[in-house]
Amino acid sequence: MSRPFLSVANLAVHFPTSDGLVRATDGLSYTLERGKTLGIVGESGSGKSVSSSAILGLHRGTNAQVSGEIWFDGTDLLSLSDEDMRRRRGKDVAMIFQDPLSALHPYYRVGDQISEAYLAHNQVSKRVARARTIEMLDRVGIPQPDRRVDDYPHQFSGGMRQRVMIAMALINDPILLIADEPTTALDVTVQAQILDLLQELQREFNTALIMITHDLGVIAEIADDVLVMYAGRAVEYGATRDLMTQPAMPYTWGLIQSIPDVTRSVDLPLRPIPGNPPSLLNQPPGCAFFARCEYAQFVPGDRCATTLPDLLPLSDGHLKRCHLDHDLASYAVVETGAI
Amino acid sequence: MAAPLLEVRDLVMHFPVKSRGVIARTVGHVKAVDGVSFTVEAGQSLGLVGESGCGKTTTGRLITRLQKPTSGQILFEGQDIAQAGPRVLKPLRREIQMIFQDPYTSLNPRQTVGEIVGAPLVIHKLVPASQRLARVQELLEVVGLNPEHYNRYPHEFSGGQRQRIGIARALTLQPKLLVADEPVSALDVSIQAQVINLMQDLQREFNIAFLFIAHDLSIVRHFCPEVAVMYLGKIVEKAPRDELYEHPKHPYTKALLSAVPNIEQAVLGGRRERIRLQGDVPSPINPPSGCRFRTRCWKAQDICATTEPPLQKVGAGADVAACHFPEQ
Ligand SMILES: Nc1ncnc2c1ncn2[C@@H]1O[C@H](COP(=O)(O)OP(=O)(O)OP(=O)(O)O)[C@@H](O)[C@H]1O
Ligand SMILES: Nc1ncnc2c1ncn2[C@@H]1O[C@H](COP(=O)(O)OP(=O)(O)OP(=O)(O)O)[C@@H](O)[C@H]1O
Ligand code: SF4
Ligand SMILES: [Mg+2]
Ligand SMILES: [Mg+2]
Repeated sequence: MSRPFLSVANLAVHFPTSDGLVRATDGLSYTLERGKTLGIVGESGSGKSVSSSAILGLHRGTNAQVSGEIWFDGTDLLSLSDEDMRRRRGKDVAMIFQDPLSALHPYYRVGDQISEAYLAHNQVSKRVARARTIEMLDRVGIPQPDRRVDDYPHQFSGGMRQRVMIAMALINDPILLIADEPTTALDVTVQAQILDLLQELQREFNTALIMITHDLGVIAEIADDVLVMYAGRAVEYGATRDLMTQPAMPYTWGLIQSIPDVTRSVDLPLRPIPGNPPSLLNQPPGCAFFARCEYAQFVPGDRCATTLPDLLPLSDGHLKRCHLDHDLASYAVVETGAI
Repeated sequence: MAAPLLEVRDLVMHFPVKSRGVIARTVGHVKAVDGVSFTVEAGQSLGLVGESGCGKTTTGRLITRLQKPTSGQILFEGQDIAQAGPRVLKPLRREIQMIFQDPYTSLNPRQTVGEIVGAPLVIHKLVPASQRLARVQELLEVVGLNPEHYNRYPHEFSGGQRQRIGIARALTLQPKLLVADEPVSALDVSIQAQVINLMQDLQREFNIAFLFIAHDLSIVRHFCPEVAVMYLGKIVEKAPRDELYEHPKHPYTKALLSAVPNIEQAVLGGRRERIRLQGDVPSPINPPSGCRFRTRCWKAQDICATTEPPLQKVGAGADVAACHFPEQ
């Protein structure tokens, strides 16, 4: 059998700090095929951005300690030389960053910033790069691209700036695109346009897409599979529909329950997961979610407190990192915050 | 009757657009906010939603007087602070706080988290130095951050963690009015729920009023009994929440609500009827004549290009909308 298109295996990213070692990502493994979309959700600070940046080699030259393997289209990206990594970054693999506002330089024309991404990977004249830039601006739906190409970022609205970022990420026809919260800063109508656009481009180029977002609605609309992260690790993985309708790890269920439910009275408080995530400096020995988990009572003995569960299949293609034997619906738990 | 906590009348902010070249001339204006009026009562919440770039953040920055408006009035407890100078504003800075939309650029990278959150306590001499550490650590805990983060710098935090630092800082002084600009969009949904519950608790306890700016319409619905919808520098609809969400009157509001992703439908495979707005948002430098939404509106008629629709009552409830052909 051939290797998956993208295969992240046992990835760890650690930061030494004055307070100790921050284990931002540990033992992370997943795969992704061309033309498919993987949604990554999870706790804020659980390592979604840090682990995805590792695919582009963005921790090189920093004090981060990265280990594991990232097999992409036949090569292990982590074992590439810095020079080879630079050659692939922004070409085969591109990323739309979480902070669109600070990712564009305010003093350079929008078009020049996009052209630069093209010139970095293609031996062409500036004229050719400019023509390609205008073509891309057109593709992402910027009206009058031949005029707007000379504008500065502040002359674009938030939604247009985000489209500029997407044009920049797509200019070299990447086959893997990582989108880190690409629509969080946008209103829902622009968000819908951008999701349409990403899916269109994905169909055309058979791009593999990693979509990092807190918005479970966005995940539900575009992801084939979902990876849920908690405290630096994958805690659940499965087909979107399976995971949303039959969550198997209590943290995933906690997330789903936290979303405002229009059928509940607005006078009732929302239902967050009680407590706070553990410090990444000294992780507890057992399940990272144990201190907050209402289902640990159904696991015999003190395994939740002492033993880190493995990420194991519950059913075909549906993995969970939890000692429970069955899916959550089979356990009777009093709903938190229910009145 | 006592004056409302905040009353905004006909607020306008036009940013000059300069020409290129050695001698920069003003060649036009970005009409970011163009005649906005609303009131917020003490302890109440008004939601502000709308297209990216329609002027929400600018409205917030004017009310907190981080920027001076071109014209219009900002009455805070009856006093017009629209053009007030630093001497009048200084004591008010305590009472009006803002949580910023962009957690990346709003925190000083050279200050530790402890210094950032504790700064207002120092400036306004509220807590003796000996108690500052404990108070700041308490605030960090309140927003779900680990007190051990006290000595770390902003770049060591994820987007969501940075946003919580900004929230802790804004809450330090227990203001009367809090302009919350996308306070939870960078957070995971569980922390969103925690922070929303926290803000509602504080609101009840200290009678804090909120101008709550957000793109997430279900969070706005939960938090705000009244919601205003903006488009291209103007409020196009304002209504009590149930009225707005159940029976939107302005076509733009209708389009906006139709674009909210729906988990259940997506997972179970139903088809959502989304209104796809044609074309791009017009430039705020040259907004369309008449109704500003007309270039993208499926109901537009000749009158929409010639006459600007006033914000007026539609239907039996308290709903006001600016449209010649509102939904009924
Ligand atoms: N340079 C650094 N030094 C120390 N710790 C860091 C550094 N960069 C990130 N971290 C820590 O690593 C963890 C993972 O961060 P990451 O940005 O991946 O989170 P995330 O899952 O993307 O969160 P969010 O949803 O809030 O964006 C966080 O707890 C963060 O504090
Ligand atoms: N300092 C400035 N100079 C010139 N134009 C500006 C300035 N600040 C904002 N603008 C413009 O004013 C308009 C309104 O911007 P604002 O940031 O208030 O929008 P917003 O509603 O908060 O959008 P978003 O939802 O994307 O945050 C935009 O067209 C923006 O480009
Ligand atoms: S392993 Fe135990 S503590 Fe962790 S999620 Fe499962 S039941 Fe809860
Ligand atoms: Mg992130
Ligand atoms: Mg804004």
